[in-house]
Amino acid sequence: MRYRTLLMLLSTLVTGLFLLSLLIGPAGIGWAEGLRALVSGEGAAGLVMRELRLPRAILGVGVGAALGLAGAAMQGFLRNPLAEPGLIGTSSGAALGAVISIQTGAYAAFALALPFAALAGAGAAVGLILLLAGRSGRALTLILAGIAVSALAGALTALVLNLAPSPYAAAEIVFWMMGSLADRAMSHVWLAAPFLLIGGAVLLSTGRGLDALSLGEDAAASLGVSLRALRLRVIFGSALLVGAATAVAGAVGFVGLVVPHLLRARVGARPSALLGASALGGAAMLLCADIATRLIAPERDLKLGVLTALVGAPFFLQMIRRLGREE
Amino acid sequence: MSLLSLAGITVLRGSCPVVDDVSFAVQPGEFIGLLGPNGAGKTTLMRAALGLIEARGHSSLAGLTPGARARAAAWLPQAREIAWGLSVADVVGLGRLPHPRPDAAGPAAIAAALAEMGLENYRTRIATQVSGGEQARVLIARALAQSAPLILADEPIAGLDPAAQIATMQVFARHARAGGAVVASLHDLGLAARHCSRVLVLDRGRLVADGAPLDVLTPDLLAGTFHIRAHVSTGPEGPIFQPLTTLNGF
Repeated sequence: MRYRTLLMLLSTLVTGLFLLSLLIGPAGIGWAEGLRALVSGEGAAGLVMRELRLPRAILGVGVGAALGLAGAAMQGFLRNPLAEPGLIGTSSGAALGAVISIQTGAYAAFALALPFAALAGAGAAVGLILLLAGRSGRALTLILAGIAVSALAGALTALVLNLAPSPYAAAEIVFWMMGSLADRAMSHVWLAAPFLLIGGAVLLSTGRGLDALSLGEDAAASLGVSLRALRLRVIFGSALLVGAATAVAGAVGFVGLVVPHLLRARVGARPSALLGASALGGAAMLLCADIATRLIAPERDLKLGVLTALVGAPFFLQMIRRLGREE
Repeated sequence: MSLLSLAGITVLRGSCPVVDDVSFAVQPGEFIGLLGPNGAGKTTLMRAALGLIEARGHSSLAGLTPGARARAAAWLPQAREIAWGLSVADVVGLGRLPHPRPDAAGPAAIAAALAEMGLENYRTRIATQVSGGEQARVLIARALAQSAPLILADEPIAGLDPAAQIATMQVFARHARAGGAVVASLHDLGLAARHCSRVLVLDRGRLVADGAPLDVLTPDLLAGTFHIRAHVSTGPEGPIFQPLTTLNGF
């Protein structure tokens, strides 16, 4: 019952922040007027509401939920509270794909070239991970493979930056990597939605297996969990979520790491219960951060990823301190 | 009908057999002590019996689907892992995972397992914050809550205090008397002699003895396999077994 109450509270919070996200922006549209324009779609206000703020708010929910859910699944699977969704290299792979599309100018020719390239990069990273760690079921192999793939993608991204044709292109790349939800269109939503929905469904189905894994890999296998199938589901599900999230929003750190921590004690530490709660919590945190970028420095285009890291890192330090005191 | 039958189980590490052509069957009502020095292959044999590792030969459990196997046999690994700060009741409740939802028998099975292991007052405690011996009891309760007829336990009483060791042996003996069976690897030959209905002795992967404890633990076997000399007698309260000296050190 208490779990259900928590989910209700988080859902209410997400709904409230979603509305707030719709109603805050540089166009200075009144609240009532904004909602009317959203429904009718008429005039300049209707255009702003439907083409700018609605996709931004939807992506805030989708990207935040994706990062929170993938973080919870990854931590549960690796039984490590330091795991984050990008650990298996998908976010670095997606970033590399995106950066290449900026470098080659493909994205200037075709608006969705960047997210497509990012998804391809994430896919390539997953392929490499499965090649390196697909057979053995051990968590350690997966972590090491993830580190290797992330390092490779990071080095290639640096190389692309190094070879950037102009300072302008380099700046473009750097800004993209900071992560943002500004100026996204409904086409981004349609592009990301199938990946987010499938990835989300896959990860939400891993709850039983993750619960069993709390007792170790051998005990989980003896409880009827197929470790191989579980590993594939966690890798594919989180790759779909993180790949799609990075493709439309850039690199947004710390959400997938911090949100599961925040909620773990409130769900009795059960990995299965943490999945849904972290998805909602991630959506709330990302909407909050995105709203904050608009409120703190509306004219400077403060980047979302910068803000989540700025707030997330000290917060994380505080949690580590508390953890140290408990032990 | 036996709860487990093994025929010619062989596990190779490289070309060296860790378990070498082991065959036996477990009948309902048996509490079997799996004995043998370190490295004799006790853990490997039990994991092979469950089908958790590749093995040659036939095991009646290894052929089952994972779900059916989990309802036929519970496995208590030697490594006592509890990740995350789950409550004691939630950890014990993980034993119910193999049972289809809705699990009507679940709450009663969990309560009975907690009571068997003397954990009624620990329900809401965080499992990772209780002592090591208490965690061991929580994990045994988890295996009991699985309600499988057969329990395979790898050194279940290591690290428990004397009272908890004896109580655990009695819990397993009760489980066997109620129509189930337990196979537990043990290093305490005294407890095995008193509580087990049958012991199996492994030595370098081979099954070298199988029978009632006092028939098996002969001076020759103790010298040959365990390299010890021991006092064995039967007192008014049953068998008394006390290791005395080692015969050749390491």
